[in-house]
Amino acid sequence: MSTKLSRRDFLKVSAAVGGGLALEFSFPWLARAAAVRATEVNAWIVIHADDRVVIRIARSEMGQGTFTALAQLVAEELDCDWARVSAEFASPNEHIRRNRVWGSMSTGGSMGVRSSQDYVRRAGAAARELLVAAAAARWQVPAAECAADKGVVTHKPSGRTLRYGELAAAAAKLAPPKEVKLREPKDWKIAGKPLHRLDIPDKVLGKPVFGVDVALPGLLHASIAQCPVFGGSVKQVDAAEALKLRGVKKIVRVKDFVAVVADSWWRADEALKKLKVEWDEAGHGGVDSAAIAAMLREGLAAADLPQARNLGDTPATLAGAAKVIEAEYASPYLNHATLEPQTCTAWFKSGGTLEVWTSTQDGEASLRMAAETAGLPPEKVEVHKMMLGGGFGRRGAPQDFVRQGVLIAKALPGVPVKLMWSREEDMQHGFYRPASIVRMKAGLDAKGNLVAIHTKIACPSILKMLMPHALGGNAIDFTAVRFFSDLCYAVPNQRVEYAMRNGHVPVGFWRAPGQQNGFYRECFIDELAHAAGRDPVDYRLAMLPAGDKNRLVLEAVAKAANWGSLLPAGVHRGVAVADGFGSYTAMVAEVSVNAEGALKVHRIVVAIDSGHVVNPDTCAAQAESNVIYGLGSILYQENTVKNGRIAETNFRNFRLPQIAEMPKVETVLVPTGGFWGGHGEPAILPLAPAVCNALFAATGKRIRTLPLKHHDLRKA
Amino acid sequence: MLKLNVNGRVREADVEPEMPLLWVLRDHLNLTGAKYGCGIGVCGACTVLVDGAAVRACAVTAAEAAGKRIVTIEGLSEKGLHRVQQAWIEHEVPQCGYCQTGMILSAVALLEKKPKPTDADIDAAMTNLCRCGTYGRVRAAIHALAAQKA
Repeated sequence: MSTKLSRRDFLKVSAAVGGGLALEFSFPWLARAAAVRATEVNAWIVIHADDRVVIRIARSEMGQGTFTALAQLVAEELDCDWARVSAEFASPNEHIRRNRVWGSMSTGGSMGVRSSQDYVRRAGAAARELLVAAAAARWQVPAAECAADKGVVTHKPSGRTLRYGELAAAAAKLAPPKEVKLREPKDWKIAGKPLHRLDIPDKVLGKPVFGVDVALPGLLHASIAQCPVFGGSVKQVDAAEALKLRGVKKIVRVKDFVAVVADSWWRADEALKKLKVEWDEAGHGGVDSAAIAAMLREGLAAADLPQARNLGDTPATLAGAAKVIEAEYASPYLNHATLEPQTCTAWFKSGGTLEVWTSTQDGEASLRMAAETAGLPPEKVEVHKMMLGGGFGRRGAPQDFVRQGVLIAKALPGVPVKLMWSREEDMQHGFYRPASIVRMKAGLDAKGNLVAIHTKIACPSILKMLMPHALGGNAIDFTAVRFFSDLCYAVPNQRVEYAMRNGHVPVGFWRAPGQQNGFYRECFIDELAHAAGRDPVDYRLAMLPAGDKNRLVLEAVAKAANWGSLLPAGVHRGVAVADGFGSYTAMVAEVSVNAEGALKVHRIVVAIDSGHVVNPDTCAAQAESNVIYGLGSILYQENTVKNGRIAETNFRNFRLPQIAEMPKVETVLVPTGGFWGGHGEPAILPLAPAVCNALFAATGKRIRTLPLKHHDLRKA
Repeated sequence: MLKLNVNGRVREADVEPEMPLLWVLRDHLNLTGAKYGCGIGVCGACTVLVDGAAVRACAVTAAEAAGKRIVTIEGLSEKGLHRVQQAWIEHEVPQCGYCQTGMILSAVALLEKKPKPTDADIDAAMTNLCRCGTYGRVRAAIHALAAQKA
């Protein structure tokens, strides 16, 4: 193997042998101490002579716990001592050089664990077999007489033992097994347990783990201004005043942005405010939210829209229905608002290489963007993956911040430059959750059963914006139609039409893309249950066949929340169900509304079937996370458009909930096995409808648009 | 040269008096534990202790901070973990972790003032914003700390 490892200054390749690599780590702070030997047993696993195990993680960590969960899965099959395990990010550069040995680096769609669990477990199992084989060879006994546990191989007949640290170098020279048997989840000892997350100690100590924390010799700082009107460009820049300010090193002007580079970020940002920039607004300067709503309404009215689903005869059934109910729902654009703003540090080095440090949801995508922007072959670029101060979909597909960071550093070759966006820039240059308007028309039979549903969806396309190759030939973006096009309820007649109307506001994957449809659908189902005079849980159960996993979670949550039982005076319940991101989720919200019309969410009970559970504590934490992230969008948040730009600029006009608003969250994990579902997003799906359905129970007011700050919730 | 008392040491920084303390710490003293989140004193990611009180470092100038006792997350504990940090690990409080250094320092200041805070005290003192949803665990960790023997 000719792989050259350049990603760690202190890491030196000493030998490359067999299926693995023996590496020599020489730590500068141990200059005179004996070198500690570490061996790469396979791409995922490095074992030190002192038995420490380093597990390489290809996905990103943004608080969702994948960094630990994937390590648990590898360690489970490796049979090592969890107390000696640490994790590190796999290098995107090495990934490219080694023929994408770590599979996908993309971290989104609640896919981190579920889409890599198979191959990371196989890597752990293969390494264990190599370690056992190495021990058997040393003892000259059959491998079948040996067993591995907690990082030690034991020869059962004789009781002799060897530690992994003693075996790793020999194991790496053996040919990896062609087939391995994976452990049944019921037999897990490390996976499936609520182990402490590996990334938390550094985070509570304030160690420099985030993209914005990068420190390098001679580092300069950049603050950026992009055209406030999306799609615009720089026409003219007067930098005379800015250049007079202390610490300013350079003004970098590119087609679509201007950046100031200085010796501290504050100085760069102060100078940026002094720039006089004239923008070419590309003709979008007159667009506002009303124009966008009109664009969407035109879509709803259009004839011959592409159909995302067509079952039975919806028009005829609606025409003959005992009762027809119609409703229109809508949602605004929404920014991710990661607490760490977008950031990228780039350094063009003298040898014709480029190093990049960034908070990214996809290290490989960052590397490709950096290489393309720099005009360098990918092999000449390294991306150091940092911990993310929040991701939620913002830092995956777009990679706009990497392009900018590289372009800025390119103007200062040999000097590392750290770009960080101001909050205002971050708020006004998102890839927003699409604004959408949806009309639903339902036909009920004489008993109130739902027999036909016709849904028209007008919504910008995320795929068209970010992944046009993934868009189907019939112009259907599945993220815009989900929860209707794959309706979980047994309804014989269904038609779903999609009007793709894009506008100039960039849209992107905002936590659980398409979740607005969950709000529309599950609130509308509640309207139907109410019209039919039926209980909302019973009404749904009647449309979910026995054995359906949506049914199982709905029954589980109804039981856990004690649905139907008496609540304290003024407290009311709402329910919702949604399947997505590989999992099945049902939720009950308990809310009250005071005399002033203020909503209080007291308690959320959520049942999730993700098939398997790798770390129950981080799964519960993700449910808590989805609740507060979603609650902000229910109560306060929206991004409106005025003069072609986003009107909200900071947390004063894009409000985040505070600690007092956090409801009690009870997470009921009901893994039924046989499949692997995600946890990063599913719990946000039923949140808005469960809360709004509870609000209807409390006030009699049907909420069809969010956020709630625009509604008078006082009892009529 | 501006002199600041940071984490028990006198540190010098060649900065404008109006530079916010946050940027003196982050870019001139290389103490990056305090984070930038909003720059307008709302989110609290930049929280540090100034004379024992939890303060938004983006909303205090270097000149205002001079002569006061500044403690950042890096200086919270002389050796090992502060008990609040320990509780944060035990309760698995952080998710992304970006707001947590500020959150921890706000909790330290709160517990210093009110060793047995009520929920209302916590609501009033813990105004740091968290985008991930750690609030429930922040509250649980603070109550657990209050229940510890002094």
